[in-house]
Amino acid sequence: MLLSDFLRHDLLLAGTHVGCEHGVCGACTVIFDGVCVRSCLMFAAQADGHAIMTVEGLAPDREHLHPLQESMRDCHGLQCGYCTPGILMTMKVFLDETPAPDEAQIREALSGNLCRCTGYQHIVEAVQLAAERLRR
Amino acid sequence: MNFRLTQPAVLIDINPLTQFSGVQNCAADRLRVGALTRFGNLERDPGIARDLPLIDEALPHIAHPQIRNRGTIGGNLAHADPASEMPAIVLALAGKLRAQSVRGERWIAASDFFVGALSTALEPDEMLMEVELPTAQPRSGACFLEVSRRRGDFAIIGVACTVRVDEEGRCSAVRIGLCNAGDRPIFAADASGSLVGRRLGPTEINQAADLVQGAIDPGGSIHASKEFQRHVAGVLTARAVAAANQRAQREY
Amino acid sequence: MATRNFGAPIRRNEDARLLSGQALFVDDVELPGMLHAAFLRSNVAHARISSIDVTAARARAGVVAVYTAADLGEYWAPGPLLVPPPPIPGIIFNQRTQVPLAKDKVRHVGEPLAVVLAQSRYLAEDALADIAVELDALPAIVDLEKALADTSARVHDDVRGNIAAHVRQIRGNYAAARLRADHVIGRRFLYDHGASSPMETRGIVANWDGRANQLTIWDTTQGPVFLRNGLAGMLGLSERQVRVIAPFVGGGFGPKIMLFYPEEVVIPWAAIKLNRPVKWIEDRLEHFFATTQERGQTHDAEIALARDGRILGIRDVFLHDTGAYNPYGLTVPINSQCTLLGPYVIPSYDSTFTAIFTNKPIVTPYRGAGRQHGVFVIERLLDIAAHELKLDRAEIRRRNLIPPDAFPYNNEIIYQDFAPLSYDSGNYEPILDKALEMIGYDRFLAEEQPRLRAQGRHVGIGIACYVEGTGIGPYEGAKVQVQANGKVSVATGIGTQGQGHFTSFAQIAADQLGVEVRDVDVVTGDTDQFYWGAGTFASRGAVVAGNAVNEAAKAVRQKILRHAAEHFECAEEDLEIANGEVSVVGVPGQAVKLGTLALKANPMRGAVRPGTEPGLESTQYFGPPGGATASGMHAMIVEVDPQTFMLEVLKYVVVHDCGTIINPLILAGQIHGGVAQGIGNAFYEQLVFDDDGQLLNASLADYLLPTALEVPRMEVAHTVTVSPLNPLGIKGAGEAGAIPVGPLFAQAIEDALGLLAQKIELNEIPLSPNRLFELTAKPAKSR
Repeated sequence: MLLSDFLRHDLLLAGTHVGCEHGVCGACTVIFDGVCVRSCLMFAAQADGHAIMTVEGLAPDREHLHPLQESMRDCHGLQCGYCTPGILMTMKVFLDETPAPDEAQIREALSGNLCRCTGYQHIVEAVQLAAERLRR
Repeated sequence: MNFRLTQPAVLIDINPLTQFSGVQNCAADRLRVGALTRFGNLERDPGIARDLPLIDEALPHIAHPQIRNRGTIGGNLAHADPASEMPAIVLALAGKLRAQSVRGERWIAASDFFVGALSTALEPDEMLMEVELPTAQPRSGACFLEVSRRRGDFAIIGVACTVRVDEEGRCSAVRIGLCNAGDRPIFAADASGSLVGRRLGPTEINQAADLVQGAIDPGGSIHASKEFQRHVAGVLTARAVAAANQRAQREY
Repeated sequence: MATRNFGAPIRRNEDARLLSGQALFVDDVELPGMLHAAFLRSNVAHARISSIDVTAARARAGVVAVYTAADLGEYWAPGPLLVPPPPIPGIIFNQRTQVPLAKDKVRHVGEPLAVVLAQSRYLAEDALADIAVELDALPAIVDLEKALADTSARVHDDVRGNIAAHVRQIRGNYAAARLRADHVIGRRFLYDHGASSPMETRGIVANWDGRANQLTIWDTTQGPVFLRNGLAGMLGLSERQVRVIAPFVGGGFGPKIMLFYPEEVVIPWAAIKLNRPVKWIEDRLEHFFATTQERGQTHDAEIALARDGRILGIRDVFLHDTGAYNPYGLTVPINSQCTLLGPYVIPSYDSTFTAIFTNKPIVTPYRGAGRQHGVFVIERLLDIAAHELKLDRAEIRRRNLIPPDAFPYNNEIIYQDFAPLSYDSGNYEPILDKALEMIGYDRFLAEEQPRLRAQGRHVGIGIACYVEGTGIGPYEGAKVQVQANGKVSVATGIGTQGQGHFTSFAQIAADQLGVEVRDVDVVTGDTDQFYWGAGTFASRGAVVAGNAVNEAAKAVRQKILRHAAEHFECAEEDLEIANGEVSVVGVPGQAVKLGTLALKANPMRGAVRPGTEPGLESTQYFGPPGGATASGMHAMIVEVDPQTFMLEVLKYVVVHDCGTIINPLILAGQIHGGVAQGIGNAFYEQLVFDDDGQLLNASLADYLLPTALEVPRMEVAHTVTVSPLNPLGIKGAGEAGAIPVGPLFAQAIEDALGLLAQKIELNEIPLSPNRLFELTAKPAKSR
């Protein structure tokens, strides 16, 4: 069983989405031992003994959103929302490692996540805004 | 496996073998990279930019960050996709690969390792354990260039080039490797040899590019005809040799 | 109406749920005892079915049922024609629609042959390998011109020449125009559009409750109401027994308004037959065959011009690939035919198309819906004319623009809504001026380009204009209600696939009713919440449903005022509604909350008077008399590597007119997304079929969607010509970004590489580095 299916249908954490099952689109990206991976390219059994964070774990609590989530909302960085969880997890790790990125770096970090709705511009702006907010 | 193109009866997860991950110096001018070293770890290793500049320059072209966090250099080399960057680089660097089985271990020269598309010299009971590569030396420069449709896609053509110059700025060693130029990574022996002992200007470089074009047999794909691949191979060879030469001169 | 929210960049109501993984998509539906379906699909493009043996599959552990066409019995039938052919004189139309499971013949790779229901999708797919199918392969029809030959194989045995349709539309007298012309240019153009590839593929969950006699279907559809109506009829149920829910949907772009897909027809039937919930989720590989797409047209077009570049007439003859079946009628090629006219005065027009059946997946609208093809032809003809007449590219367009006092402008020929193509309003020259100014057109040509060329950099500029018919009928409806807690609920029949309806419709209602946008809850895509409607397509959601929301909200506003006037014993004119309450103007302290009024309007004692209704609720419908016409222009500066032909977009500008703007943030998002798909179409995406009808690049690794590195920063500006066809004055914007990008790339690359001077023209889309190499490496052919 793929890790993506395990998360979604066994653990009922349906926030992680499946877009292609061949490792290209990035919708299924989760954080595995602190790095971003494609959950559609891992078997559930491989997760045994490791730490995984999915989008459900991003917000600090029910009343508040993570600065990345807030910034995506403020900048209209999502439309249908299907690719969004994968992008949030990718950008969270990216901003942890690169707290003051320029646009080129953001786009490069985003290049492994496909979005068909937004044309990426508002996502880039959201990440810039989130970086600013996280630095404060 | 997700495409159901291969359905193995038994799968062994070797990820827990973390002792085979990591980079070690084994001599002043060589180091060994464990087969289970992830590309992401190589990206984050500051020593790689200094010691293995070809790999450093190629890493951003290998798929995407999420893939690089899991993909290993050993897995990539053993898979031997002719379009992959690593086989061409290991060939260009004349690396050695250590294979191990219950029968013992052996070192295989890169020139003997890649025998065909998705085919290596590994026996069915052998596993790739590490690869030994020369580190960058004084008065040398390296350049990796690739043309692909989007960043991270399979290369239409990739060129890996190292140039070493002597005290007078003449080329003393050149190695040109290519990916996706045939059914396995290509070492352009004639083109490389043609540059040794000469001062590298546009004429020499273009001659080498022409020799590369004549030496390769690209397969073509829906993204690039053989003619386009051959054309790009020449263009990138010229650019990569020029850049590597310039970097070597700067080192000096 | 106090306009506070309308036109404001309000943040979206729906985002918190989407951002925290709390939004329901179809594959998130989990029901007890649910079975999983997998479809066996043809791996050849054209064949007679000799036999299908499912015995072994049925015997596999974990498999509950396996069905073929024979098992469907009377239920098996070709799907309905969704869009009949328009009333055009002399039209030829051969209706051939898709079937639930193939019987006798398969007509494209991926056509479903059988379905397996099992405990898991993994098991169901294992069982597919147990099914033994014998197919007698037939020659595949792939090439449009060869398809027409009498000796060619027939996709449908009784359709000669594989002709799905033949349509000719005429305006004026082209032959006379040609005689008068100083200059005539004729060219062949090839335009290939691709697969919509939303991030979420299609999916269905069907749940039959035999005790309640209710069928509930979750479906990624853009048209839940029509789907409900059709499926109820097919299954022998009343419409009230069927509920279709389109929950959050991960992108639509057109192919999800195709209805009665084989899977949509089979899965509910299986759920009823097995009395168990059934789920089918399309995987990405299937998506390339099982979901509709657009593909190519071949145009032989001719333009007759006066010496000064004014267009006297255009004649166009084109072939259109409709795929193996044509359930969507002629929407796509009619759009091509009509949209070719653009913002220009074209006194004579003679356009003929032949739609051709091929052994490839079905073609139905994908964002732009055939408009791209027409725009490519006219914009390229103008570029070539500019070059041959030695006119500037912007100037030749300027000279042909429809003047601002000519509206409504009647193009006479029939459009996709069956009415003559009439532009309701527009003002094109300011768009041209603004776009040229934003891209720095004059300065680029006079200074920057020569300067950069001298440095060895190959930079070029492109411009392209378009007019887009939007907001067509038939109608939409909306129900608006003020609830006892003071919040407002809105329900409408269309679905949402990311366009922000939960917010834009809330803005409209909020302004009418004096409440906060976040206090308006919008439900879309649930046939139990709103019974009537057509769907989300053709850039009509905001226009048609938005206006219905407005009408319903206005009606509720009237009820509020009437009730409040009674409550305060004053005249309605003395009242104002703001901040969720009604107050008497000039009398502080005299205010009543909307929630209180709602309670009072639904008393437990006392009758509702004749002619009135309980509560503060209203349902209204809006049916526009015709489509509202949006327009715009894109401009782009690119740099091309003259040796590798790799390309970088240096600057990208959009000037768009979609009438009154509801939410500029959402609108910008629609434009950006459209441009990104346009860039994919122009330079990256191509469905590559071989001569046997096999798709060679059925994966996202080889069907190249643009990433954040391929899509540039875009600057978007707006002009506004209000639509006279609806009270809000709005026009559609969903498809605009995708429409003119093809000719834009062709023109800019020609400019960057100086191709026209070398007699090389780029008259095809998509382009790519490989294609540019092929076109420039050979000697130029005269056409």
